[in-house]
Amino acid sequence: MKRIALLGMPNTGKSTLFNRMTGGAARVGNWPGITVELLSGKILLGGDMVEIIDLPGIYDLHGFSDDEQVVRHFLHDNVPDLALVILNASQIERQMSLLLQLKQLNMNIVVLLNMADEAKKFGISIDAAKMSELLDMPIFLLSAKYGTGYPEALKAATKALSYPTPGMAEELRSQLEQDEHIETEMAKVLKDAVQIPARLSDNLTEKLDSVMLHPWFGLPIFFGVMYLLFQGIFLFGQPLQGGIAQGFTWLRETALVPLLSGLPQALQGLLLDGIYNGVGTVAAFVPIIVLFFLFMAIIEDSGYLSRAAFLMDALMAKLGLDGRGFVMLLMGFGCNVPALMGTRVMRSRAMRLLTMLVIPLSLCSARLQVFIFFTAALFSAKAAPIVLFSLYLFSFATAILTALIFKHQFKNTEPFVLELPPYRFPTARQMLLRGWLEVRHFLRRATKFIVAGVVLVWLLTNLPFSATPSSPDTFAGIIGSALHPVFQPVGINEQLTIALIFGFIAKEIVIGALAVIYGLSGDALSGAIGQQLDWVQAYSFMLFTLLYTPCLATIATLQSESKTLKFTLLSLGWSLSLAWLLSFAFYQSARALGY
Amino acid sequence: MSANTLATMHPGDIATILHIHAEEALHKRLLALGFRSGKKIELIRKASFSGPIQVRVGTTDIMLRRSEAAKISVEKS
Ligand SMILES: Nc1nc2c(ncn2[C@@H]2O[C@H](COP(=O)(O)OP(=O)(O)O)[C@@H](O)[C@H]2O)c(=O)[nH]1
Repeated sequence: MKRIALLGMPNTGKSTLFNRMTGGAARVGNWPGITVELLSGKILLGGDMVEIIDLPGIYDLHGFSDDEQVVRHFLHDNVPDLALVILNASQIERQMSLLLQLKQLNMNIVVLLNMADEAKKFGISIDAAKMSELLDMPIFLLSAKYGTGYPEALKAATKALSYPTPGMAEELRSQLEQDEHIETEMAKVLKDAVQIPARLSDNLTEKLDSVMLHPWFGLPIFFGVMYLLFQGIFLFGQPLQGGIAQGFTWLRETALVPLLSGLPQALQGLLLDGIYNGVGTVAAFVPIIVLFFLFMAIIEDSGYLSRAAFLMDALMAKLGLDGRGFVMLLMGFGCNVPALMGTRVMRSRAMRLLTMLVIPLSLCSARLQVFIFFTAALFSAKAAPIVLFSLYLFSFATAILTALIFKHQFKNTEPFVLELPPYRFPTARQMLLRGWLEVRHFLRRATKFIVAGVVLVWLLTNLPFSATPSSPDTFAGIIGSALHPVFQPVGINEQLTIALIFGFIAKEIVIGALAVIYGLSGDALSGAIGQQLDWVQAYSFMLFTLLYTPCLATIATLQSESKTLKFTLLSLGWSLSLAWLLSFAFYQSARALGY
Repeated sequence: MSANTLATMHPGDIATILHIHAEEALHKRLLALGFRSGKKIELIRKASFSGPIQVRVGTTDIMLRRSEAAKISVEKS
């Protein structure tokens, strides 16, 4: 099958074009010579199936960034039959250098000058035919977002594909270092084929920036935007999540329970409480992820995310992170899973990993449910808000601590120089496609892992079948008492230890697990817990819950996004140690002080 | 006025890039973003708390940290 590679600088609309060509039907895959996965899709072009590969954006074919190395290695080991080079027409005067570098590789190239709509708006006029003649390459103006010029571009690509693929000479592949004559060639083509007004006329962006990036108002506006975003996602997301949960319960009670009633008790339990609940756990994340990326598409495509980086950089640079990481960290306070997926905007792998190490410490809405239950059971109405607030402080403090400790291990070596694109508004199609693609990615990557985890915990809390489920006689109970010496110094008893094992799956089920363990529910449960524990033990338990592994879905996402088991284990190990050490320090000092 | 760098410019200033004294990775990135000696550069704004600066080279707006801006010498015009 013939291969078309999409090449270009970051932010030129490669993904937009890719999505238009493939209609979103893409998959991620591995390629020889490179370690990262690339998005590719198959389409019918001129009667033949061809594969289209979306390569990461690069500034310079000879650059040193992670992405630039990936692209070099890809081209070296998988010479495409056609390279579609996408340039931003309104920045043609600087982007042409990349085209000329690529031209030296003697590939079969079709050039697409994207964002023709914007270039026109800015008063830049480009004579594509003239340019084509000067560079001796087919060149077309295009607007990938709105589709103008797309049929012509596709026709040109089809035609170019019918030419034999020029083999790339080895010496060309290895020595790519003669850039001097690129400068002169670039100047000549620009002079003859492009006209750029002396001053750009994007008044809207300038006006918006003078407010959004204002020295005093910029930050308050940023926090306002973040607050709205957060509220928006969870205001819409929580009812949807609740609805999905109800739907699952309804299906279970009306259809599955009667259907399976003939089976042995243990098998019923495994199917319903193990596998079915696992699928339900996965499904509960779907609305949050879709909404998150709908909103993220706005923030990112509008260009505001780069503005956030500008505003927050002074602080984040000290932590070895950047402002975009801060946005993801904040979103983590709603749900860690999409926040982890969102770190993909960071192109430096080291910085991305550091951000991913920090995010799981954000107090997400599932953990909040546990804390609300415990504070209500053990603290007065007056003390409860202060207790909750202190947990948020711990969350922030441990995040900062983690960044400071690990910033040397995950040292970002890429220069922090970002483009501030003009403000753009994404089309509804772009937003929906984004939400859908991300959910599909999550479902494909995480479902098996999460269902297996839920089944495992079900087995632990139900085997051997002679024991009462979740009682001290089950495997979970045995593990709980084996761990007793570890948890006793932090004030966590055996019942709570079993609840922590459940909490590994998802924090949403901790309270439900306690209800099963104690055989009580609602007010009776909080009464019993309030009787059995004092506030020091309860707070220690909450600290532990705050910091140890957020949930299976987070682990699955850490693994699927980092693709390194070592990193996932580091994150797990670090959060567990941090949880234990902090609870220990808190519990022992509180006791030493006589509480 | 040869000691001027991009970091010492003020919002609204326009200057000409004289030389980029950066290590290779940064140098390449700056070149690709349109920084070349002889090119006009405008400082648009500086972020508060000694944060990054926003500049315009050609048709592109770019943000970079002040430490990196100090590696670009300019001549005010
Ligand atoms: N005005 C306009 N915007 C576009 C066009 N193509 C893409 N964009 C926008 O440019 C931004 C970057 O596009 P994206 O596809 O993510 O670029 P990539 O980084 O090269 O993959 C997004 O906000 C797109 O909506 C176009 O033809 N016209």
